[in-house]
Amino acid sequence: MVGFGGYDMPVQYEGVLAEHRWTREHAGLFDVSHMGQCKITGEDATAQFERFVPGDYEILKAGKQKYSLLLNKDGGIIDDLMAGRPDHDGLFVVVNAGNKDEDFAFWEANLEGDAELTVLDRALIAIQGPEAAEVMSAYEPLLAEMGFMECARLMLFGVDCYVSRSGYTGEDGYEISVPADQAERVWNTILEDARVKPIGLGARDSLRLEAGLPLHGHDIDPTTSPVEGALTFALSKSRKERADFSGADRILKELADGPSRVRIGLIVKEGAPAREGAEIADADGNVIGKVTSGGPSPTLGKNIAMGFVPPAYAALGTELKVVVRGKSAAAEVVAMPFVAQRYYRKPKTV
Amino acid sequence: MKFTKDHEWVSLDGDIATVGISKHAADALGDVVFVETPEVGKTVAKGASFAVVESVKAASDVYAPVSGEVVEANDALSTAPETVNAAPEGDGWFAKIKVSDASELDALMDQAAYDEFLKTL
Repeated sequence: MVGFGGYDMPVQYEGVLAEHRWTREHAGLFDVSHMGQCKITGEDATAQFERFVPGDYEILKAGKQKYSLLLNKDGGIIDDLMAGRPDHDGLFVVVNAGNKDEDFAFWEANLEGDAELTVLDRALIAIQGPEAAEVMSAYEPLLAEMGFMECARLMLFGVDCYVSRSGYTGEDGYEISVPADQAERVWNTILEDARVKPIGLGARDSLRLEAGLPLHGHDIDPTTSPVEGALTFALSKSRKERADFSGADRILKELADGPSRVRIGLIVKEGAPAREGAEIADADGNVIGKVTSGGPSPTLGKNIAMGFVPPAYAALGTELKVVVRGKSAAAEVVAMPFVAQRYYRKPKTV
Repeated sequence: MKFTKDHEWVSLDGDIATVGISKHAADALGDVVFVETPEVGKTVAKGASFAVVESVKAASDVYAPVSGEVVEANDALSTAPETVNAAPEGDGWFAKIKVSDASELDALMDQAAYDEFLKTL
């Protein structure tokens, strides 16, 4: 167990490697109740929420959710989040544990008109992996029919839950928000299935790294723009055209002229894993950037890393170096995700 | 075999000390994925970091339990770091050190004392 943001969190149960592999092959269960959950409701909820994120939520239909970024006035990422419409009552928003107090205070201070923040006292349980859908559809067949990034509010295990088909591992799966006083029972019930094992924070980190997903506070922070963070998919076309969100000036300028640095993926081809803080150098040894997270990829059997370099060095295949404990090792810029994502996309209906 | 409070072990044969990390340390680290052993010829001081062991999650320093000169490193760990988990107090040794002052071992714990020490953690 380790202290994290005031919570006692399990780093590992049976071991990071075994848990990582179990999630990729079966189904892993994650207690991520430390994350922040809230609702933003009222006539003006969507319009007010949109002021500080670059996504188009006005067109988001009930039953859908969207990844977005809470931006400061300089276009820096205060937090990354998921916001969706599991019911017809405003937006249900999940934010990072380490930022939740700041996020909630930000909305309290900045939401205007008829838009109200309600912080929810709920636990959050994620089930991730290729067998997650089979496991969960035994409890509720409707869950099998949800597509990636769809969400719903429904009764599960006899309680009122918010469920989304999404996660932080690159695998198919669900995040299930349950009333806090029901969490232990729901957790233990899901674990009765032999296909499911509990997974700690250690494997959660190695899984999200393989999936190329940034971790706020490490890979992205309030100085990082969405363009630098290689998160331009979160910039909705309509919002770019309207340029009506926090930091739009900087972000649109970076889109037009290029940012000064950009998040890349690296395979480290020799030596030790390159972890957060390791320097990235060009082929001649000139320091050009830093690793923001990295470590061994259990799936690939190679050391992988994310970091920031000037765009001139960001092309796939660029040969770079990483410096670990004074030793320089060869690295190559590769595409992310490092391990293919396996989200469930619904067949298109005619 | 003697142990330090930092969970290294040392086994002396003549003036050559074989050193590694204890089973307790290996179990606590979890799956070892990389070991950086010291270079042969390097002089190490008791208590100073002389090797690094890495799990999926983190890199940890390994401290020299005795002072001396590294005469051999366990190169097998570069391709089979998991040996540290499988046989931490055997084939998973890190290095052999030619000790400069064998009396340094007197202050270390024997197996019984180390076992007692582990109970206090």
